[in-house]
Amino acid sequence: MYKIAVMGDYDSIYGFATLGLSIVPVTDPEEAKEKLHQLASGKYGIIYMTEALAAELRHEIERYKQQVTPAIILIPGVSGNTGEAVENVKKTVEQAVGADILFAQST
Amino acid sequence: MAATVVNPTRMELTRLKKKRLTAIRGHKLLKDKRDELMRQYLDLVRENMELRKTVEAGILSANKNFVIAKAGMSEAALNTALMAPKQEVNLSVGEKNVMSVDIPTFDYQTRTADENDIYSYGFAFTSSDLDGAVKSLADILPQMLKLAETEKACQLMASEIEKTRRRVNALEHVIIPDAETNIKYITMKLGENERSSQVRLMKVKDMMLEKEHHYSEKQFQ
Repeated sequence: MYKIAVMGDYDSIYGFATLGLSIVPVTDPEEAKEKLHQLASGKYGIIYMTEALAAELRHEIERYKQQVTPAIILIPGVSGNTGEAVENVKKTVEQAVGADILFAQST
Repeated sequence: MAATVVNPTRMELTRLKKKRLTAIRGHKLLKDKRDELMRQYLDLVRENMELRKTVEAGILSANKNFVIAKAGMSEAALNTALMAPKQEVNLSVGEKNVMSVDIPTFDYQTRTADENDIYSYGFAFTSSDLDGAVKSLADILPQMLKLAETEKACQLMASEIEKTRRRVNALEHVIIPDAETNIKYITMKLGENERSSQVRLMKVKDMMLEKEHHYSEKQFQ
């Protein structure tokens, strides 16, 4: 059985604990890196991560992109939406098609 | 262009012809795979974008509710209220194969069957804003899982499409033209060799007849 983890600053994620997701509050990027690897090698199928944290771990996240699990999914934190996740979706379109033909006009 | 040197032999020619046929067949198959992957991917990525927008809006409003809830309670009370979660989510991960790409499927069970059994605190000491906040987050959870599924699938498919596209292009623009040039080169070379040996034989025959009958001497008499 897999579990779901949520990573980010405490204020953004504490609500998820009530739903039964494991929350992993981190502030320091180095510590976050370590935690991420721990979670990924453990029994976590989905890791939700705040965009603010993900911006600092971009390189680490890249490593897990080609693996089936875990799926690392960005969510907006309490401080707001940076648009990073939407940008990532656009990037995959670019990777697949060669040019962003779907969402180019919406920027 | 053929940079490598090929042996102009019949065996090499057969080998190259076989290689060319395989390459053409592979090219056709990969092209079909790419087109079908692309079709499915475009549907999926549109869905992904929609989901992402709803989830982001949902989480933002849930976060707002939490901030309000936090404002109405002491931090200690809030932490106590959320300290021991009642609910637990178990995720089962399956794999689905779409055009040779393994994509995960997520299915989840909550520990208790009742979906509304999410409040891990008594209602006496918490503000009602917290109930609303927790509820709004719980409502968005199924969509978050769906988002995880589609977004991961999109990422995996995008890289597979990229790989396939490269292969198609390599076959179309390098391997097949290369094989064709080499085949042409060998056919020409073999034809040339054949003609040259024929000419040599004719010449030898002429020389042998000349030796026997001395035609050229007779011609001048």
